[in-house]
Amino acid sequence: MSSITLTIDGQVVRVPAGTTLLQAAERLGIQIPRLCYHPHMTPPTVCRLCVVEWEGARTLVPACVAQVREGAVIHTASERVQRARRTILELLHSAVDLSETPDVARYDAELGVDPQRFVDGVWREAPFYDDNPFYVREYEKCILCWRCVQACGDDMQFTYALTLGGRGFHTRITTFFDAPMPETTCVFCGNCVGVCPTGALKGMDEYLLERGVPMALLREEKQRRKGRLETGR
Amino acid sequence: MLEPVTYPLDDILARWQPYGRAGLLPCLIDVQERLGWLPPDACVAVGEALHVPLADVYGVVEFYALLYPTPTGEMVLRVCDDVACFARGSADIVATCSRLLGIQPGETTPDRRFTLEVHPCLGQCDRAPAALRGLVPVGNVAASAVETVLLNGEVAPLPQVVGDERSILLRRVGRCAPHDLAAYEADGGFEALQRALQIGAGAVIAEVKASGLFGRGGAAFPTGVKWESAAHQSDRTRYVVCNADESEPGTFKDRVLMEGDPFAIIEGLTIAGYAIGAQKGFIYVRGEYALAFERLQMAITKAREAGYLGEDILGSGFAFDIEVRRGAGAYICGEETALFESIEGKRGMPRQKPPFPTEKGLFGKPTVINNVETLANVPHIVRHGAAWFRRIGSEDAPGPKLFCVSGNVAHPGVYEAPMTTTLRALLEMAGGVADGRAVQAILLGGAAGTFVPLDALDTPLTPSALRSMGATLGSGAVMVFDERVPMLDVLARIGRFFAHESCGKCYPCQLGTQRQWEMVQRWHAAGRVLAEDMPRFGDLAATMRDASICGLGQTASAAIESWIRLYT
Repeated sequence: MSSITLTIDGQVVRVPAGTTLLQAAERLGIQIPRLCYHPHMTPPTVCRLCVVEWEGARTLVPACVAQVREGAVIHTASERVQRARRTILELLHSAVDLSETPDVARYDAELGVDPQRFVDGVWREAPFYDDNPFYVREYEKCILCWRCVQACGDDMQFTYALTLGGRGFHTRITTFFDAPMPETTCVFCGNCVGVCPTGALKGMDEYLLERGVPMALLREEKQRRKGRLETGR
Repeated sequence: MLEPVTYPLDDILARWQPYGRAGLLPCLIDVQERLGWLPPDACVAVGEALHVPLADVYGVVEFYALLYPTPTGEMVLRVCDDVACFARGSADIVATCSRLLGIQPGETTPDRRFTLEVHPCLGQCDRAPAALRGLVPVGNVAASAVETVLLNGEVAPLPQVVGDERSILLRRVGRCAPHDLAAYEADGGFEALQRALQIGAGAVIAEVKASGLFGRGGAAFPTGVKWESAAHQSDRTRYVVCNADESEPGTFKDRVLMEGDPFAIIEGLTIAGYAIGAQKGFIYVRGEYALAFERLQMAITKAREAGYLGEDILGSGFAFDIEVRRGAGAYICGEETALFESIEGKRGMPRQKPPFPTEKGLFGKPTVINNVETLANVPHIVRHGAAWFRRIGSEDAPGPKLFCVSGNVAHPGVYEAPMTTTLRALLEMAGGVADGRAVQAILLGGAAGTFVPLDALDTPLTPSALRSMGATLGSGAVMVFDERVPMLDVLARIGRFFAHESCGKCYPCQLGTQRQWEMVQRWHAAGRVLAEDMPRFGDLAATMRDASICGLGQTASAAIESWIRLYT
């Protein structure tokens, strides 16, 4: 495989063709922030936190998918890049509960994010679903990274119970006509829960423990809830 | 659980089943035309027939504004409340509709006869204020006539654009019957296709490259370069697509061309298909353009009968056919990759580029996608040659251009001129500002464009001249606002437009368009642009421009930023 030489933050690096900027930067020990990217899934390229400045390009480019090119000069933390990252996080804070999203506190500190900056905007009201024995969906914590939809679909399970609904600010993750999960094609494989980075999807044990159900009573509580679901609440 | 379908849908399902997922959007449109909305059980039938997961069917239904997962009234009144219509009194029309029907926009009357909607720009700005009864356009609506023309549906004549024989793109518009193939042929129609087949694909691309034609949809990319790139791909399955999803506020030229001269689009697209070695072409028409859709279908049928489309076009051995697709209410589908997704039966969300369409476009195959007006230029270039084309306009902006002049001018309409023309000349063509009032502002390029300084009325509208003042021509929309128009309300409508039309894929645009809309609403309420908002507005605008996936987010702040620069 041919190799490519490029410059990232002033350091020259030589990597195989086809390497992404994210991978190339990591070889230099440069960490690039990201939220939606998962190494084993199709990069949805939606969070745009990993954008970097490519000299000569009109816009910033997402490092998760942009591939190295000979002679490219990349800046991963220029003022222009940081401004975009900071603003994206400020926008997220104003619409979504990021309390369980890993790395956000660190990114906030590194970038000087003001979580209150757009707080006068409307909050994205989103439902809480407790409609099956296996997991809950708390969509105020959903950052729309698409991982659950991809895991349910072509990336892992080929079950296709989940979809994006709505549009724009009101985009959401949902099911066919918002049907409760047991009425969908969901097979309760748990893959969506496994890849959710924000705590929006949570396994029942974890959820119940967090709510103060003692470990010893977990099984009993789940049986009780299962019975309730089966008898239509 | 869901009951089995009891509607008669078999014919629709049978028609679209062979297309699989690519038949999803047209199938849903047809089902909705029959049932009035898309009930869950009908969506199940569609999903099963086309082998599309039900969740995906629902995701598509929710994406498109013209698809309804809940029942509407018998008649959906779609009143344009966007900038060009607003400048001509649309607020009164909406208020009158509301009052007469006793409902707010978004609601349905208790007797279920009417649903009232305010709609983003309908592309009827030459007839502003405009509305659609269902999909039938109603133009120049007076508040006093709302009851007769909008509610009762009394047919009122629509003003039409009529070209003249000195014009190139408009010469047949309003002068030849759009369904008359013989008249098109008598005017030199399909001579270009014959010439193309004689000189060969390489020579056609060379001619188009030499002509200097660049895209007329807004991005101004050189057409011949695009064609050449697709023609050089190793994959032999290729597509050409005509982008007829004209949705930029203030833009209606493509509608005028499709309604008035549909054979020219067919000929241009067929030549493009021949040049790049494509087997199939698509024309993706915005869902609100029912008449254009009908006329294109008619023109394709006639062209096919006459041997201009089909298995062996004019005995050349070239096999090519065209399919017309309807959009369903999504500005974003005018973005080329979103348009591909839409044809493929998905939510119209843009793809990250690269790969570019000429490498991996529709169905992952090399694709050339050109705007309607761009393709309308092609037969002229092939027939008369690049040198002839270059005699029009300037070195960096050859050929004719259509300008959509709307807002407070005496005669809003489509005007053809070389790009060396000026705003002053266009204003004169449109009869000047109506009622002798003063111009307050001019928005060039639509909602994604920029306000231009009024001391620049004599600047040529060529790319280089406009670039030097930080503007672009975009699709050629010129919206004129006279002194009475409350401009902060215009800004609020631009903000609303992008918030409504953002697809929601990337965070900068999904969240940023909403916050921008809220901010301009506050300015509108306060009666001034709030200085304390400037630092965060600046960050917001820069982030959307720099970090959004596609042109929608990248330009969502352009007009508002230019307003602030010029007027505060």
